[in-house]
Amino acid sequence: MPSAGLLFQALASGVFLGSLYGLIGLGIGLGWGLLRQINLAHFAWVFLSAYITYELKTRLGVDPLLSLLLLVPVFAALGMAVQSLLMRFAITPFNSLLVTFGMTVSVEALLQWIWSADYRRMASLYEEHKFRLGSVVVTYSETITFCLSLLLAGLVWWLLKKTDVGKSVRACAEDPEIATAFGINAKRLSIWLAGLCAGLAACAGVCVALMFTLAPSQIFTWVGVIFAAVMIGRLGSALTPLIGGLVIGIIESMTMALIAPTWAPLVAFMVLILILLLRRSDE
Amino acid sequence: MNKMLRNMAVLLLLVLLFAAPYIGLPVHLQSLMYVIFFWVTLATSWNILSGYSGYFSFGHGAFFGVGMYGMATLAAKADWHVVPAALGSGVLAALLALAIGWLVFNARKIRGESFALITLAVGFVLATVVVNTPIDGGPGVYLMSVAIPQWGPKPASTFYYASLVLACICIGVAWWIFKAKAGLGLLAIHDDEDSAEVNGVPTFRLKMAAFAISSFFAGVMGAVHALYVSYVTVGETFNITVPLTVVLMSILGGSRHWLGPMLGAVLITLLLNAFTAGDSALVGKIIIGLVLAGAVLVMPRGIVGTWQLRMHKRLIQKNAQDLQDEPFHASEELMSLERPSLTPSSNSTREKVLEVRGLSKNFSGIRALHQVDLDLYKGEILGLLGPNGSGKSTFINVVTGHYLPTEGTVVLAGQSCEGWPAHRIRRQGLSRTYQIPRPFHGLTVLQNVTLAAQYGGANLTDEEALEEALKWMRFTGLDKKGDFYPEEINLHQRKFLELARALAARPQVLLLDEVLSGLTPAEINAAVQTIRRIRDQGTSIVFVEHVMSAVLALSDRLVVLNQGEVIAEGLPEDVMARQEVVSAYLGDGVV
Repeated sequence: MPSAGLLFQALASGVFLGSLYGLIGLGIGLGWGLLRQINLAHFAWVFLSAYITYELKTRLGVDPLLSLLLLVPVFAALGMAVQSLLMRFAITPFNSLLVTFGMTVSVEALLQWIWSADYRRMASLYEEHKFRLGSVVVTYSETITFCLSLLLAGLVWWLLKKTDVGKSVRACAEDPEIATAFGINAKRLSIWLAGLCAGLAACAGVCVALMFTLAPSQIFTWVGVIFAAVMIGRLGSALTPLIGGLVIGIIESMTMALIAPTWAPLVAFMVLILILLLRRSDE
Repeated sequence: MNKMLRNMAVLLLLVLLFAAPYIGLPVHLQSLMYVIFFWVTLATSWNILSGYSGYFSFGHGAFFGVGMYGMATLAAKADWHVVPAALGSGVLAALLALAIGWLVFNARKIRGESFALITLAVGFVLATVVVNTPIDGGPGVYLMSVAIPQWGPKPASTFYYASLVLACICIGVAWWIFKAKAGLGLLAIHDDEDSAEVNGVPTFRLKMAAFAISSFFAGVMGAVHALYVSYVTVGETFNITVPLTVVLMSILGGSRHWLGPMLGAVLITLLLNAFTAGDSALVGKIIIGLVLAGAVLVMPRGIVGTWQLRMHKRLIQKNAQDLQDEPFHASEELMSLERPSLTPSSNSTREKVLEVRGLSKNFSGIRALHQVDLDLYKGEILGLLGPNGSGKSTFINVVTGHYLPTEGTVVLAGQSCEGWPAHRIRRQGLSRTYQIPRPFHGLTVLQNVTLAAQYGGANLTDEEALEEALKWMRFTGLDKKGDFYPEEINLHQRKFLELARALAARPQVLLLDEVLSGLTPAEINAAVQTIRRIRDQGTSIVFVEHVMSAVLALSDRLVVLNQGEVIAEGLPEDVMARQEVVSAYLGDGVV
């Protein structure tokens, strides 16, 4: 039996990892639930943003948090451009999966072309600086990720629940034709929403650069676990991806600490399978 | 003639392919052909479940992986001969598919995306299990020591022939399923699974069978590939490449046709090969990604689907002249209010075809039906009335097996059948129509009706089913619309399509759910005549309707539901005069 200190450390890293899952899942879940798109390109944007953060820091010494100011608007514009292209075609959720898969393959190759297939690790003060919380050691990177994830989930929740724009977005997701009949410009809203998702991807990318070693091939390794986190919650919801992410993150790191690191995926995916199977069927 | 030419061409191609290694096909081209056959087999096998039925599996890599590690275990560790080891690996993959299918397809909520995710997760779970157990344990398994028989002129030809034979068998099976009744059933599941079940398609069994066959081929191909690469690792086996590539190939080629995946597989493999052969591999990958995205946007139906659509449009245009809608000729005869002389007094001597006793249905506390008793006699038209939300639709859904009853019995033609799946009740002789027509959008009118005849209770051969379908299309006036897709005919015709499908199963009992709503008065007249003719052929009818003139004209007897309970039953004139019926419809205090 591992010591209590080790358990707390595992719990903490599960929480931090899970909050990153939640942050990436937030954009996926919004796109899936509200735009009816299964957007694999979200992972491509996350990694593109992570690599740019890495490049800015390593080459020009730009602080990762400062690069957010540049990356968020740029990626939002990118997301909006892609969405306005996609909207010219009637696209089913499954075909959106394939289109965005194609885009992701291209981005992966592009990353490999520019930064090679080697592993890259961004050196930053946030990773070196640590503080103790009781017996648990926490890096600034982890703290930033956790806070950003909470903050953005809260912000999106507020946008969807409390603002008129958010209410219109939810109305469009329910029934775009009726919403349009009530004077909502569904097309413009979906472009804004896609921009929001891509902006969220940019934020997640900065966190990935802060916490992880980067390699282009890593893009696809995140797909399964993030989808698990999203599916645990409700599609299109602001807060449930974070909860799902935390559940999976904690389960994973606890499995790593208590059993063996290599068994972690089994537990996470068994949770996903069970949740999907046991979800109450409302006839 | 055309057909013979085509058969000759296919035969010639096969002869060429089988002779190629002997007439000097270089070894490196044999390897390229191996890769093509490899992807053709994987994509075609994937398509048998996922393309036809629309249940997209992202777990094809998992079944492929079972095959790889099956071979590694059976041949390299247990010293089996490679052929039984390959077949055994396929059987293992099929068994895994049956286990997953049993879990997933039994959960009624699991559709589309959930199925895709579960199968995706299965791959990760398997990878974790394999890497943590003696099956692999981490370092990978070598298959160098496995004795491989030599087929063909060179050692490398073995793989050429193994993959060629496998690809041919797999395509043959996919083609056979596509042409058979099972293929039509799977395509119907794709379009509307509930409606497929109601039209007699045993959806659970079909999906299970398709899943097992699909996974079997993936497993055998994996087993062959394990020998080809002679070293298997978890990272190379259970990654996302195989599932995504097969999906991509099938979609690009056209997943609703047996030919599509093969076409997509050949194209993409050649494309990949053209680029990865040179130094421009990365540029090639970027281009392939963009081509994929563009192709899906421009041709969402894939190459074969787009081609089929063009052919269909051309056919429709060519026949536009004879297919002109004839002006609807309303029957001169006004609706006769006289009913045939079937009076309730004779009920006791007549045969009951449907007997419902104490039927109740609760939805998480809400009482939709409560202790409903209802009898239907042979040759009778029974009007089922009730205000909106009174439980009429729930009644139909419970009796036809879409919902499980909470309580009560349903006896159909002397057979107690509550709790049966919908397709079995259909085969027992009970058909229904939907208020809003639910045709299979991807099937033509003729295919829609033929499917209903094939899966009806009469066990017809394919030719007989076609005859039966044509008969009912003539009956409902759809005989010239056979090649049309349901969205190309009007609402009135779609309602008659519902009717033709219901009748093609030769039902003893027909449940009509508001067939008349949305029709013009002239169309209503025609429909009323049609319903009379159906009854005259010996089918008993339960008729749910709001068009009162039609109800009174047609019904021998009425049953009125309100808030899930029967509040009145008897002759139409008597029932409509009753106080509780009037107040149920119009509210209290009107009279």
